[in-house]
Amino acid sequence: MRLLIAFAMVLALAGLAYLAGRGRANRLVLAGGNRIGAVHSRPVYHGAYMAVLALAPALLLLAGWAIVGENVIEGQVVATMPAASQPAPGNDRVALMNEVRGLVTGDLPQAFNPLAPVLAPRYAAIKNNLDLLAGALAVALLCLGGLWGYSRIRPDFRARNRVEAQVRVLLLVASVVAIITTFGIVLSLIFESIRFFRMVSPVEFLTGLAWSPQTALRADQVGSTGAFGAVPLFWGTIFIGAIIAMAVAIPLGLMSAIYLTQYAQPSLRKWMKPVLELLAGVPTVVYGFFAALTVAPLVRQLAVMLGMVDASADSALAAGLVMGVMIIPFVSSMADDALTAVPRAMRDGSLAMGATMSETVKKVMVPAALPGIIGGVLLAVSRAIGETMIVVMAAGLAANLTANPFASVTTVTTQIVALLTGDQEFDSAKTLSAFALGLVLFMMTLVLNIYALAVVKRYREAYE
Amino acid sequence: MNPNSAPNPAMGHNNVPKMTARDVNVFYGQKQAIRNVSIDVTSDNVTAFIGPSGCGKSTFLRCLNRMNDTVDGARVEGRIELDAQDIYAPAMDVVQLRARVGMVFQKPNPFPKSIYENVAYGPRIHGLAQAKADMDNIVESALRRAGLWEEVKDRLGESGTAMSGGQQQRLCIARAIAVDPEVILMDEPCSALDPIATARIEELIDELRGRYAIVIVTHNMQQAARVSQKTAFFHLGTLVEYDDTSAIFTNPRETRTKDYITGRYG
Repeated sequence: MRLLIAFAMVLALAGLAYLAGRGRANRLVLAGGNRIGAVHSRPVYHGAYMAVLALAPALLLLAGWAIVGENVIEGQVVATMPAASQPAPGNDRVALMNEVRGLVTGDLPQAFNPLAPVLAPRYAAIKNNLDLLAGALAVALLCLGGLWGYSRIRPDFRARNRVEAQVRVLLLVASVVAIITTFGIVLSLIFESIRFFRMVSPVEFLTGLAWSPQTALRADQVGSTGAFGAVPLFWGTIFIGAIIAMAVAIPLGLMSAIYLTQYAQPSLRKWMKPVLELLAGVPTVVYGFFAALTVAPLVRQLAVMLGMVDASADSALAAGLVMGVMIIPFVSSMADDALTAVPRAMRDGSLAMGATMSETVKKVMVPAALPGIIGGVLLAVSRAIGETMIVVMAAGLAANLTANPFASVTTVTTQIVALLTGDQEFDSAKTLSAFALGLVLFMMTLVLNIYALAVVKRYREAYE
Repeated sequence: MNPNSAPNPAMGHNNVPKMTARDVNVFYGQKQAIRNVSIDVTSDNVTAFIGPSGCGKSTFLRCLNRMNDTVDGARVEGRIELDAQDIYAPAMDVVQLRARVGMVFQKPNPFPKSIYENVAYGPRIHGLAQAKADMDNIVESALRRAGLWEEVKDRLGESGTAMSGGQQQRLCIARAIAVDPEVILMDEPCSALDPIATARIEELIDELRGRYAIVIVTHNMQQAARVSQKTAFFHLGTLVEYDDTSAIFTNPRETRTKDYITGRYG
C-alpha cells in the first residue's frame, strides 16, 4: 500500500519534471525567435528527457526495494532477538515471520508461536522506518535526476535523439521479455526432466513399449513398480494428431481454400472466409464436449456395427475426427494465403492456354503454392499434437500401441494432465515423468515449427 | 472510316477476315470500357492496337479469347466471330476457343515448371500428343519457331522462371504456339523487356506473320510501325481509326490520330 502511494507520488513528480522541462525549452524556443533549428529538439522531447532522467533511477530503486525489501526487514527484525532464541533460517523462520505479518495486518487473530506477538510491534516499526527511508531516497533520486536534466536543457542539446534511444531500449526490453520467458520455460522443463532421467534411463523412456507410471507408495506394495516406456504415448499422439486429424483436415482445408480462392463469388467469399476462421476461435474444451458427447458414441456404434462388440467409448477415431475439424481453419487459411499469393498472371496464363479452372488449379496453382500449403500443414500438425482438451475428453487413458482407430489410445498431453492433476509428490518418477514428456513434446513441435517456417520463407522468396 | 459502320471490304484485301467484331461494348460493373467497336482482323497480317493508357485496347484484346470472362463483373455486348462463328454463343466452348486463339501477356508469365513442361502444358491438356516422342517433337518445333531452341535445347529440364526476361517471353510465345493456334493475341509483350530483347521479339513476330493471325497491343508507336501491317488507334474506349499501318503513320485521317502519333498527348 505504502509502495503504491510512493509509486503514484514518483509518477506525479515525473509529470511535474516533464512540464518543467517542456516549459523551459518553450521559453528557449521563444527566445530563439521561434525559428526551425534555433532549438535542436522540440520542447516535448526536452520534457520527456527530463522526465525519464527523474523517473528511471527512482523507479529502479522502488522496484529493487519491492523485491528485496521484505528480506531486509525480516533480517532486521530477527537481529533484534537474542542470538539464542533466533529461529533457524528456513522453514522455522518463514513460519514465524508469516505469523508476525499476520498479526501486524490483523489477518491472524492469534499466533501459535509465542515469539510472534513479541516481534509484531518491532516488525511494524522497522518496516515503517525502512519503507519511509526507501521512499525518501526515491524522491531524492528523482529530484537529483530531474535537476540534472533541467540543467542540461540548452538550445543545442539533442534531447530528441536521447529520447528516441531510450524508447528503443524500452521496445527492446519488451520484446526480450517474451524470449526470456520461453527460455525460462525450457530451462524448467530441462531441470525437472534431468531429475526424472536420474531415476529412469532415457533409453527406456524413449524406446520402452509399456507405459504404466504407477510407482509404489510403500515398499511393501506389490504390482506397482512403474514402467516408463513412452512409445505408446508418442504413437497415440501421432496417430490422433498427425494421421487421423490430418486425414480430415488436409483434404477439407485444402479443398475449401481452393473453392474460396478460385471458384466462390466475391460476395460468398466475403462471409464464408470469416465464418471458417471463426472455427479457430472456438475454445478447444467445447470441441472436447462435442467429441466426447456426440462423436464418440457414434464412432462406438459404428464399431459395434462392424462387429467389435466390446468397442470402447473412448476412441482414437472420435478424438482425431474432431481434432481434424478443429484444424481445418489453420490449413485452409494458410492454403488460402498461399494460393492468393500465386500471381494472377500464372492463372491467366494457364486459362489462356485453354485449360479449365480445375486443370489450372491442379497443374499450376497448387504446385506453385505447394511450399506455403506444406508450411501450413506442418504448423497445423504441431498445433494438433500439442492439443490437450479434445484428447483428454475423448481419447482415453489406456496406453495402447495399436493402429486400430476404434481402440482407445492415449496421448502425451493426456498423460501429462493425468500425472499432474490432484496431489502430487514432486520427488517421484511418476510426477517427474510429466516434465520429460513435456520436454519431448516441446522438442517435437519446435522442430516442426522451425521446419515449417523455413518452408514458408523459402516460398515467400520465390515470388519476390 | 467510321468505325460504327461495316468495315470497308477493300480493307480486307484479298483476305477473308479471320476475326470480326461488330458493335462491341464492354462494361466493368457500371463503367463502360469499350464503346461500339467494330473491326476485322485478317490472317496474313500483324494488327497493332495503339492508343494512350486506359484507352481500352487491352480490354478489347481480351474479348477476342474471352479472357474477360475471368474478371469479376465484366460484361461484353455485341458480336465477335472467329471464322464466322460467334465466340460468345453458348455453343462455343471457351476451352476450344482459347486453344485456337492463344495469348501472350504483358509480363512474361512462365509457370514455375521446367522449360519442357511449360511448352508441353497446352499440348498435354488438349491431348495433342500420344507418345513421349510426339511431345518431344511438338516441344522442339514450338521452341524452334519461337527462336529459343538453340539457347535451351541442353537445359530443357531447368526451371522456366530462371531464364532472362526476354527468354521467358519467348518461352511464353513457344507455349502459346505449341497448340498451333490460329490467332495469337499479344498484350504489350515487350513492355517489361530491355531494347535488345524487344528487338528479338519483334523479329520473331515478323517470322510468325502469315502462319498465325497476330494482334499486338502496344503503346510504343515505333513498335507498331515496325511490326504491323494494320494499325487500329483506340481512344477513350472507341476505335478512332483503323487502316494500313503506313497510312496511319503517314497520312492519318482523324485529327485525334494525328495528334497522338505526333506526340500531342498520350
